[in-house]
Amino acid sequence: MAKQLIDQFAAALPADKRASVYQSTKSTHEKRTKMLFDQFAEPNRLRSLAGGIKQHVLEHLDTLLPEVEAKLQANGAKVHWAATAEAACAAVLGIMQARGATKMVKAKTMVSEEIELAHFLEKHGIEALETDLGEFIVQIDHDHPSHIVRPIIHKNRREIATSFEKHGLGAYNDDPQTITRRAREFLRQKYLQADVGLTGANFVSVESGRLVLVTNEGNSRFSLAAPKVHIALVGIEKLVPRDRDLGLLLNLLARSATAQQLTVYTEFISGPKSATQPDGPEEMHVIFVDNGRSEVLASECREILRCIRCGACMNVCPVYRQASGHAYRTVYPGPVGAVLSPLLAGKKFPELADLPKASSLCGACNEVCPVDIPIPDLLLRLRDKGKREGAPLAAAGTPPMGAWALLATQPTAWKAALFGGKIINYLPTKLLPIPPLRAWEDTRDLPEWKGGEFRKWMKGRGKS
Amino acid sequence: MSSDRDTILTSVRAALAPLKDRAALPDWDRELVHVRTIQPATDLWALFAERLKLVNGTPLTAVSELVALLEKNNWRRGYCDPALWPQFKDAFPAGIKIETTYDRTRVDDYDFGITAAAGAIAETGTLVLTDAGTSSRLAALAPWVHVAVLRREQIHADISAALAALPNDPNIIWVTGPSKTADVEGILIEGVHGPGVQVALLV
Repeated sequence: MAKQLIDQFAAALPADKRASVYQSTKSTHEKRTKMLFDQFAEPNRLRSLAGGIKQHVLEHLDTLLPEVEAKLQANGAKVHWAATAEAACAAVLGIMQARGATKMVKAKTMVSEEIELAHFLEKHGIEALETDLGEFIVQIDHDHPSHIVRPIIHKNRREIATSFEKHGLGAYNDDPQTITRRAREFLRQKYLQADVGLTGANFVSVESGRLVLVTNEGNSRFSLAAPKVHIALVGIEKLVPRDRDLGLLLNLLARSATAQQLTVYTEFISGPKSATQPDGPEEMHVIFVDNGRSEVLASECREILRCIRCGACMNVCPVYRQASGHAYRTVYPGPVGAVLSPLLAGKKFPELADLPKASSLCGACNEVCPVDIPIPDLLLRLRDKGKREGAPLAAAGTPPMGAWALLATQPTAWKAALFGGKIINYLPTKLLPIPPLRAWEDTRDLPEWKGGEFRKWMKGRGKS
Repeated sequence: MSSDRDTILTSVRAALAPLKDRAALPDWDRELVHVRTIQPATDLWALFAERLKLVNGTPLTAVSELVALLEKNNWRRGYCDPALWPQFKDAFPAGIKIETTYDRTRVDDYDFGITAAAGAIAETGTLVLTDAGTSSRLAALAPWVHVAVLRREQIHADISAALAALPNDPNIIWVTGPSKTADVEGILIEGVHGPGVQVALLV
């Protein structure tokens, strides 16, 4: 029995990195929980309502998308559509080339990472610079983010200081304040020189055609103050019906992501700058990206499209805490990634068919999800899909279950096994040359065998 | 592009066609997101100031306090919204140099920027900025200190009230304290790309 890939990643993760991922996810999770439950009378009702609102959106995308398109156009934005990653990249390039633009500053957008936009633009001679501090560090290191809210949760200050020195951002200094100031100085010149500011959108209100963007650093705000063109990449699932629904979603997003009451900058953008405003984009382009989402919508896992990218599920997940984000091998790590990534992969599903198994099904991800996505159910559906499609990775790490099935369907054999199993208590199981058992016992202790006691208890209970 | 539009909408329609019932839009009561640790306030400025301090913002109630803060920190070069300058001019000493046009070729020459707020949210200590109300987006963002000038009647009680009163403006920004990050080892650092000091000045 081969180990699951996630176990291999977890085993290869240096102990100090595991400790820091564990500590920071745990502390964010605890702050989030305290804040939600101290401040709101019924936080779980809020999660369920927010889930209901997003589910409504998903199930009405056929009418809401044309509606929001009309609203955005009326606000003065130009709307584009991209069915695939290639089409989305081409749309961005097309807008830039038509304007002779060669420099872009990027605020954090998960869609741009999904479609590998920066890499694509660089191949076409366009500088596409990440401006979120964590994403900037990932970019200069040619690394990948390992958490959707904390991209460099896997890096320490010494590594960052070394990269900064290597990239001419000053002599080695690992003080976080100095690192931040150096990025500030370097990037503000980049904003001022850029032709285009690229953002995503956390939400798009259908009622008003407003894009809502949240950041703490102010990088999206700078990307919308200095450059003359704004391009927003928006997944088709990002809609919310009414402005007032944002009251629910913004309150939940900030608390779930970073245990803040509200993210520092919450921006509502509905078009190019006003005529009297000296700074900001004269053009606004919104690109609605599908890239596999409509297929997810057609699947039995469509609830995953409710996700508002807060990262709470990875912060609480015992598997993520041990393995860190790179173990998920895609843009979306953690429990949400274990569902979303294999689905978005489309035909390449078999390559990620092991991810739905990267979970103990403890259900913590569902309990913290601000839009109440039933992640454990979806993981089971995807395990089933992997099995039905015969994806080899879907079986990795699964012991053969044939013998167990035989026992469980024959009462006499079952009873005999319950009694006979007691022999296990007298065997040195850790020394037995059975590889799957040894692998399992590497990190666990077998509990004492108590076969048959439950049946005895049941019988006794019936008589009294 | 139009073909991608058709492709997407056709797949979305096909995906939703088999659904017998579609999820209704739940209605919800604003009271549900009321922060219960906050007592209903009669003085919204007092509540706003208290919440702003919690996110390391600086509430001030007099121009003289602002001048004292600037002098104490040796912040002597700044921008001021030309519409606001006449009312502040007399309170500013000659040692503080003010420009009423923001020159984007000299972003590092400004220690502070003074612009008008379009509103505030008491519950969260949030300032509301708009395109119509902010004389320069950059001047309210690039200097180390941003001073938003606020009037008492502009303060909303909570997020829901502010959402209900969103003005018709292409760019509305809610600012809740100084710009910040915790990307490096989870350590809080203020003043990343935006202001390291966020002031709300009540007039």
